[in-house]
Amino acid sequence: MAASSTNGFRVIGTRPIRHDGVDKVTGRAKYGADYAFPGMLHGKVLRSPHPHARIKSIKVDKALALPGVKAIVTAADLPELPDKMEAAGEQAVNLNHLSMNILARGKALYDGHPIAAVAATSPHIADEALRLIEVEYEVLPPVMTVEDAMKPGATILLPSLRNKEDGADKETNVAAHIQFKRGDVAEGFKQADYVIEREFKTAMVHQGYIEPHNAVGIYNADGHATIYCSTQGSFVVRGLSAVVLGISEGKIKVVPAEIGGGFGGKIPIYLEPLSVLLSMKTGHPVKMTMTRAEVLRATGPTSGSTIRCKMGATKDGKIVAAQCWLAYEAGAFPGSPVGSGAMTILAPYNIPNVLVDAYDVVVNRPKTAAYRAPGASNAAMASETVVDELAEKCGIDPLDMRLLNGVEEGTPQIVGPPFKRIGFKETLEAIKNSPHYQSRLTGANRGRGVASGFWFNVGLQSSAMVNLHTDGTVSVVIGSVDIGGTRAAQAMIAAEVLGVDINDVRPTIADTDSIGHTDVTAGSRTCFATGWAVYEAAQDCVRQLKERAARQWEKKPDEIVFENGTLSPAQPGGDIKPMSIKQIAPRLARTGGPIVGRATVNARSVGPAFASVCVDVEVDPDTGKTQILRATIAQDAGKAIHPSYVEGQMQGGMAQGLGWGLNEEYFYDDRGILRNTGLLDYRMPTCLDLPEIETAIVEVPTPGHPLGIRGVGEVSIVAPPAALANAIYHAVGVRMTELPMSPPRLLKAILKKRAAGEAQAAAAD
Amino acid sequence: MHAINYEAPKSLDEAVKLLAAHGEKARPLSGGTDLLIQLRAGTRRPEFVVDIKEIPELARISFSLQHGLKLGAAVPCIAIHENGDMRKYYPGLTEAAHLIGSLQIQSRATVGGNLCNGSPAADTTPALVALGAQARLAGPKGERIVPVDGFCLAPGRTVLQPGELLVELQIPAPERHASDAYLRFIPRNEMDIAVVGVGAALSLDVSDDRVVEARIGLGAVGPTPIFAAEASKSLIGKTLDAAAIERAAKLAVAAATPIDDMRGTAEFRRHVVGVLTRRTLAIAAERARAANQR
Repeated sequence: MAASSTNGFRVIGTRPIRHDGVDKVTGRAKYGADYAFPGMLHGKVLRSPHPHARIKSIKVDKALALPGVKAIVTAADLPELPDKMEAAGEQAVNLNHLSMNILARGKALYDGHPIAAVAATSPHIADEALRLIEVEYEVLPPVMTVEDAMKPGATILLPSLRNKEDGADKETNVAAHIQFKRGDVAEGFKQADYVIEREFKTAMVHQGYIEPHNAVGIYNADGHATIYCSTQGSFVVRGLSAVVLGISEGKIKVVPAEIGGGFGGKIPIYLEPLSVLLSMKTGHPVKMTMTRAEVLRATGPTSGSTIRCKMGATKDGKIVAAQCWLAYEAGAFPGSPVGSGAMTILAPYNIPNVLVDAYDVVVNRPKTAAYRAPGASNAAMASETVVDELAEKCGIDPLDMRLLNGVEEGTPQIVGPPFKRIGFKETLEAIKNSPHYQSRLTGANRGRGVASGFWFNVGLQSSAMVNLHTDGTVSVVIGSVDIGGTRAAQAMIAAEVLGVDINDVRPTIADTDSIGHTDVTAGSRTCFATGWAVYEAAQDCVRQLKERAARQWEKKPDEIVFENGTLSPAQPGGDIKPMSIKQIAPRLARTGGPIVGRATVNARSVGPAFASVCVDVEVDPDTGKTQILRATIAQDAGKAIHPSYVEGQMQGGMAQGLGWGLNEEYFYDDRGILRNTGLLDYRMPTCLDLPEIETAIVEVPTPGHPLGIRGVGEVSIVAPPAALANAIYHAVGVRMTELPMSPPRLLKAILKKRAAGEAQAAAAD
Repeated sequence: MHAINYEAPKSLDEAVKLLAAHGEKARPLSGGTDLLIQLRAGTRRPEFVVDIKEIPELARISFSLQHGLKLGAAVPCIAIHENGDMRKYYPGLTEAAHLIGSLQIQSRATVGGNLCNGSPAADTTPALVALGAQARLAGPKGERIVPVDGFCLAPGRTVLQPGELLVELQIPAPERHASDAYLRFIPRNEMDIAVVGVGAALSLDVSDDRVVEARIGLGAVGPTPIFAAEASKSLIGKTLDAAAIERAAKLAVAAATPIDDMRGTAEFRRHVVGVLTRRTLAIAAERARAANQR
């Protein structure tokens, strides 16, 4: 058992071995693609080779005639759904668009858009059958950038999208315009001594989860279906698949597999309804898995964007006005995270005069999905670069600049009520005091950059059960898929409350029929909200234990104390001996039956998260290649339940953010075809491209949460691209305004600066 | 993926017969690190795959200072790196072979396969071009020897005729003060593909640091690997000073015919050809000066 730790916690804050560890390191853990059933068929998806085309006809006769092919489905096999919004996890989805993204109806809207699906006796036969499906397309001009999509007279993707601003009712590719306002920016800029205005572009990037999407659908003759898949939210898969298939939600059971990464990209459904549809048609279980190319062409990604950011500050460093304009690629259907981009872009700072305009723009690219603090990294790339530039103008250390303008408890948010207790400034102080920031960086072409990030976090609904077994061990049953080690944290919370050893707690992630509704593992909510439910469920166990002891000792429940897993009377005396859980557990049958603790939460108020990062780089000025020398992140975790997994989230998000900054990008050719459909040319950083990322956990408890937990999953990705840009500036003197800052882009900027310098020197001679 | 037939002949004769019998529908399989990916992606659809790894003659490295190097077409890259003669006499080629993929990939991938795949970005081809390597081919009409410079015709296309396969690569033994080097530019630090590759081989007269022989090979900056003839010639007979290196680098840039693609712009590639030519020549020269073979 863990020795008693600081802060009055016994288990929380320690680093036990995760319960799923042995299965994972021995290869026994079951991921989505590991499932197999008798009589199972294999499904494959035919995808559009065109980014924008009308589908004139689909002929399947030849493909159906191939021996081994059992069924082929197209959009005609799915109900046509209304143009209506429904909530799903972090986002609301349009049902019509949802269905059209599963199988194209009428038009193909991106390279890789599903057109048809085949079930066959082997994946190879299914693959060959795809080649025999004849689709007649009328190719339409692709619209690939927000600039092109927003131009007057642009080719229209979705005729149902209407622009009703200015009293007009016109076709448009702009799905939404959002505006936030505070004070008077024109007046604000008048007070400024320095004004910086820059335009930024960020490339579309993928979440990069290593495990491709997968699903096994089994439809029974009694009208019930089961789906096995890797997902961030089994209840979301159930709800959305039911809608797409036109069957009632209660007739679907979703069994979540272990998941090989999601980062937001495994909230949407892709293969799940198709596997059930093919199973309906064939009467067999149907398994579908994507290739890497399919993952990159047709799932995820997050938006590329164009952002203009203008900020003004007084000489003494006070930011007095900010104006931002953001346009995000939504992909083929509306729903980019531009709203959260707009709400996060200035969130860390207390600026009296603000105007933010944001546009959600459809383009012939895959429908974007959530990606770790969706929309915030794009936005921070812009604002955190401009803040750095202002700090330089004012001659103020960039961390001090942020401390001077940073938000704290009581600061009014641009959108929403004033902040409750938050830990932004604490993360800045932690970076300031870190061995990294305290060290001196020397050498040519080397530079240090800092930046900060904000993310809302969400609460939402969770259910939990805590079962006390007759040997005194405990099982925790939850509906939250475990992506980042949350299962261990849930077990630790139960162990803490019940005073039992962490190894006497077994956490289980249940299917949708075995636990109450639980929202997605997303929005950094799992440890916060499901952890809250587990805490309450464990407290429910304690209440019941007290009742049992009271009955046995002929006292009232409030005369019993429960401490460190032991029940004893509040007033000692008589011959009553305290009882441990281990002692009472075998006697449950004689004291009233089993004990099951239950709780549900619908957490409305959450603790927003902040992180600040510091990055050192060295740039090769002859090739534009950036080497990251050192990286540190400080993040407010509220209360770190399992510090190793909190650090893992901090390091993981930072690694992704640095990759986003360095080399990751969707590369479409002139015809709108994605060229880098593999991980060779979609360049995520390898372990050789990143240093060991240093971490500093800050703990400013979230008010209202019983343990003070703050979500930790996302905010770590927000600041790194900007910190990298700032470091590059301090290394070689060029301000990068386009992501990724890949060698060709950086070399071009360096050579341009060098040429300008030479021209200036020549003029001076 | 479509159904394929697989054979693993034990002799060169048998392999040639199998390949000849199936003509364009057959494809030799060496390490498979390109072919298997092409099969799965459907970019090549051979019906017949002839595995050449079990032919003893193709799986050998033989080297002597008298006869030079004979490198079998099916020798995995890792065996090159593990070979003391290769590291000593052909450090540039060895480095190129050691840059391909991961250690696992190097245990399968071969220099022969790298050449026959015909990618302009192949890492070992510019190193072979710099060393003046020759390719020994066997086919239904007998054997022939062709230079590696000119072996590739276009992306994915080589001089190999239907039914023909690469048997070995032949490289002359290095002169007394000769060596080679290969550098590539990749955006990451590993697990990547050349955006620019430059191989250089130099033979020096150390009495006055004069260049006796020079060859520069370029990769990923044209539809095929390129022998930078003018750049190479510019060095011969010259003292290897900064000016000579600069001149050669400029001529190498002029020899490149790159395009814009997802790996880099043409403008970027031209600049980096100059940078890597300077760096590669400097390394090759240092090695050549230190070498004292024969």
